[in-house]
Amino acid sequence: MAQQTYAGISVEVNDEGYLLNASAWTKEIAAAIAAEEDIVLTDKHYAVLEFIRDRTAKGDALSLRSIGKSGIVDAKQFYELFPGAPLKKASRIAGIPKPSSCV
Amino acid sequence: MRRLVILGAGTGGTLLANKLRKKLSASQWDITIVDKDPTHYYQPGFLFIPFGIYKREQVIKPKKNFIPQGVNMVIADIEKVDPVLNEVLLGNGTKLSYDYLVISTGTEIAPYETPGLSGPEWHKSIFDFYTLEGATLLHEALKDFREGNLVVSIVELPFKCPVAPLEFAFMADSYLRKKNVRDKVNIYYTTPLPGAFTKPKATKMLGELLHQKDIRLIPDFNIELVDNEGKKLVSYDGREVPFDLLTVVPVNMGAGFIGNSNMGDDLNFVHTHKHTLQSEKWENIFVLGDAANIPTSKAGSVVHFAAEILYENFLLAIEGKPLTATFDGHANCFIITGIGEGTLIDFNYDVEPLPGTFPLPVIGPMKLLKVNRLNYWGKMAFKWAYWNLLIKGRHMPISTKMSMTGKKTD
Repeated sequence: MAQQTYAGISVEVNDEGYLLNASAWTKEIAAAIAAEEDIVLTDKHYAVLEFIRDRTAKGDALSLRSIGKSGIVDAKQFYELFPGAPLKKASRIAGIPKPSSCV
Repeated sequence: MRRLVILGAGTGGTLLANKLRKKLSASQWDITIVDKDPTHYYQPGFLFIPFGIYKREQVIKPKKNFIPQGVNMVIADIEKVDPVLNEVLLGNGTKLSYDYLVISTGTEIAPYETPGLSGPEWHKSIFDFYTLEGATLLHEALKDFREGNLVVSIVELPFKCPVAPLEFAFMADSYLRKKNVRDKVNIYYTTPLPGAFTKPKATKMLGELLHQKDIRLIPDFNIELVDNEGKKLVSYDGREVPFDLLTVVPVNMGAGFIGNSNMGDDLNFVHTHKHTLQSEKWENIFVLGDAANIPTSKAGSVVHFAAEILYENFLLAIEGKPLTATFDGHANCFIITGIGEGTLIDFNYDVEPLPGTFPLPVIGPMKLLKVNRLNYWGKMAFKWAYWNLLIKGRHMPISTKMSMTGKKTD
């Protein structure tokens, strides 16, 4: 647990850099976290982030499948937007907890 | 006369039918159980068929042998459920109306969900061991396998029996060593997870075992498609894994009727309250076992513990009382780590698999997160308990809720 400053705002993060309070999130904070991952956020990125935040708020589990079927991006595009480990990266940038890699 | 309909006569449905028929008065409650398949499969046994340790006859029995007197058993496909009219439509056109419904139809593999997986190489060089057919064909393929790349893959989470692909990889290593061909085979293990397993301590322990046995882990691997001609897996981020023999856990989905009836998520698992096991949308529908979307493993042991809670809450529900029994997500799973050896994990929604002894402190006799021979024999002995105690709804000497007794915390 620590304090981190993104876009001039101080927020609490866990030891993996995930926001502890999802409602503290702003688009500017997202851009700052994305910069740490060498990602510049476009409208498409934001559309995906909104989708992710929406689903999480509803209590629905996140998965590559659900994002791939979201109608916003398919799985391949999701990988292009957030290279490497897209679910982990996008979740952190979206200010939601790390996806609980199931059971 | 009130009606309870149970959809699915696998582990959960059978066990619940036994418990409830004993408890509910036959003059007040009609109980019907529906399944599309008259055979009951001992699924934990499928792991041993590819290695010639079990034969198919040892893991199947007629379902009707375990359905008690006084429960109507119907063998039919389930088309649709209308949760507003409280009706089930069967494939043969029959309609069953219910006062209460239990959905326990489990989960099935869906290889067609991954491009190329159910192509020409399916059941030729690509096998599952989640069906009797797949496991039996895999036995034939493994008998002659002497060199090349043996790849074990998980397509997507969740899937039933999260430890099974690891067990398969460990068994394959053992099997090939016994046949003196292990040095000519490369075993790869691809998973969408960032490690060998999900929770930290178990992931570390199992990851180390994989490494010791030279089973090469390829993590964060999400399969985009299977190239049948080139015999390789291709991930979304462009990595390729060539295989000579692929053992795969395909996408797991709940029963089709759940999708037809708009009652589940995009994998056809029903939204279920994780503590009461009541469906989140309909008060007279409960969900037991793999068909639920609860955040614990899809495993037989979970079904057994959940059934105890569902049973109590069902009896409260029919009296119009609040549902006070709570399920803690308890799972207790043996993990075979080679022919003749195994480990054990015991966990729930809140507590990850911890080291220690089970069920008693010090004496155990099972060891948690440590490998020994007793754990292997524990798993083998379980078959008897499954057929004779568990699915008949008879008492099993393990507590429903996970206990911290015997566990070592940091």
